[in-house]
Amino acid sequence: MKSLFLLGMFCCSFAAHAVLEIKITEGVEKPLPVAIVPFGWVGPAEGQPAFMETTISNDLARSGRFASMDSKDMPQTPTEFAAVNFKDWKMLGMQNIVIGTLRETGPDTYEVEFRLLNTFSGSQLAGFRVPATRKQLRRTAHRIADIVFEKLTGVRGAFDTRIAYVTVKKSGKEKRYNLQVADADGFNPQILLESNEPLMSPAWAPDGKRLAYVSFEGRTSSIYVQDIITGQRQKVAANPGINSAPAFSPDGNRLALTLSMGGDPEIFVMNLETRGLYQVTHDRSIDTEPSWSPDGSRIAFTSDRGGGPQVYEVSAQGGPAKRLSFEGSYNARPRFAPDGRSLAVVHGQDRRYQIGVFTPGQAGVNILSKSRLDESPSFAPNGSMIIYTTVGVHGSELAAVSTDGRVHQRLALQEGEVQEPAWGPFLTAQ
Amino acid sequence: MKHFLILAVCLAVGLSACASKPKKADTTKVEDRSGAGNTGTQTHGTGTDTVGDMGDLNNPASPLAVRTIYFDYDSSDILPEYQKAVEAHAAYLASHPERTMALEGHADERGSREYNLALGERRSQSVKRQMVLLGAGANQIRTTSYGEERPVVEGHDDSSWSQNRRVEIVY
Repeated sequence: MKSLFLLGMFCCSFAAHAVLEIKITEGVEKPLPVAIVPFGWVGPAEGQPAFMETTISNDLARSGRFASMDSKDMPQTPTEFAAVNFKDWKMLGMQNIVIGTLRETGPDTYEVEFRLLNTFSGSQLAGFRVPATRKQLRRTAHRIADIVFEKLTGVRGAFDTRIAYVTVKKSGKEKRYNLQVADADGFNPQILLESNEPLMSPAWAPDGKRLAYVSFEGRTSSIYVQDIITGQRQKVAANPGINSAPAFSPDGNRLALTLSMGGDPEIFVMNLETRGLYQVTHDRSIDTEPSWSPDGSRIAFTSDRGGGPQVYEVSAQGGPAKRLSFEGSYNARPRFAPDGRSLAVVHGQDRRYQIGVFTPGQAGVNILSKSRLDESPSFAPNGSMIIYTTVGVHGSELAAVSTDGRVHQRLALQEGEVQEPAWGPFLTAQ
Repeated sequence: MKHFLILAVCLAVGLSACASKPKKADTTKVEDRSGAGNTGTQTHGTGTDTVGDMGDLNNPASPLAVRTIYFDYDSSDILPEYQKAVEAHAAYLASHPERTMALEGHADERGSREYNLALGERRSQSVKRQMVLLGAGANQIRTTSYGEERPVVEGHDDSSWSQNRRVEIVY
């Protein structure tokens, strides 16, 4: 009955475009058991707007670090602290349980109450009560999953985040490109741009409200910045040659980008307010794919000034470049980890192109992906996962891997290809 | 219960954004159809050529019939087998100063997309430089790059890749 209701509720909004289906292909060896007890519902019997436990439970299971207990295996389904029989849960070895209630408080207003309990100590690890509209309930569930994840792993959860990506649909000889954003669990996909010409390199502004991207709609590459809420966009770079690889500075006021108007691709920084430009790299080789260090002081980039593509770094003000990657014949598309210590790259070795992470100054590249044509790594804002593009049986699809290499996910569309993922920032300040 | 409420208040502060308006994207379809049906790949105006012109663009036996130049992996060097075609196109442009050409650079799918976009441009510039050295006017040739975005063959093997690493000559 529950699943039927969910289906009915969501089919309308998803009919227009397909949802990314996320599958865990590999999880941790001993995932932490957790029981998300069905939330109590206080309201008209036929009017329950959401099943909080389903979203929370799916989020946690999808991380690969948790094993959610099936509700039919639960010894009881309490919704209040006083009703919890700690002994029963303890006997089943279920140390962590989540209970809660969803309450209707008015027309389209609800209140969500939730507690994370440790059944071994009989104590409460977290609890809150928060108002929400019907539309906000799903995000509220992601926030609860974030809190449970953080309380139990020590790492801030990134379930209440969004991803941007490009879908490609073939019809005959034509290709149709869509720039989309969706919740991190693949739900709520929304099209920001449709084009018959390639779209690439979506990049989030740090406030999560704007996306920069490269579009070939003018039969050559141009950079646009689009407001996600209003859909309004501005063409910010359309010079002769390449206009590509946009990356917002951590303060959101500047855009690093690649322009070849001077003859060869160089990295520039644009002040988004004044559109003023200054050049950061100066070398007659290919310099592209800038990534800002989290403190905004440095820019890592790809250059083949040494022969093949390798990762270099330069001060965000410009100046001499310093080579960062030394292992392997091909290291490109660097992305700083949120802690600024390591970088994810496309690492090519022995005819395989995989997602690797390395720490400048330390030997070795940690190869995280398993295919041979992997590209476009993008870190989750908590640094726990990297989303990237890989090749599946039907062409490009997305995959994600935990930065410790233990959890692997595949994100595929039922129809068409999906590529160029960019994981958005945290949607709320902590 | 007291215990619960204290935590409730603390966490409610951290979660206050849950109560704020959801940052929901409106579905905004910015359709660009300007390119539809006008891809710039059609040749035209060849009727102005005089009969017996050595540089007849439509003569399949002419080196001008070669419209694609292929490259080695991660390279923009023009291979010897394409030298004749490059010379012929350069000579054609030199003798037809009113004609213009677009050189579209492409890369195979391996490695990163942005680097491949740069590589495609370098290939198209390499061909342009050669043609200009051979007498074509720099302003007659426009270079562009599609990187790995427009493969001619969709396969994920050496044979497909070798056909995708290319510069297309478009009059």
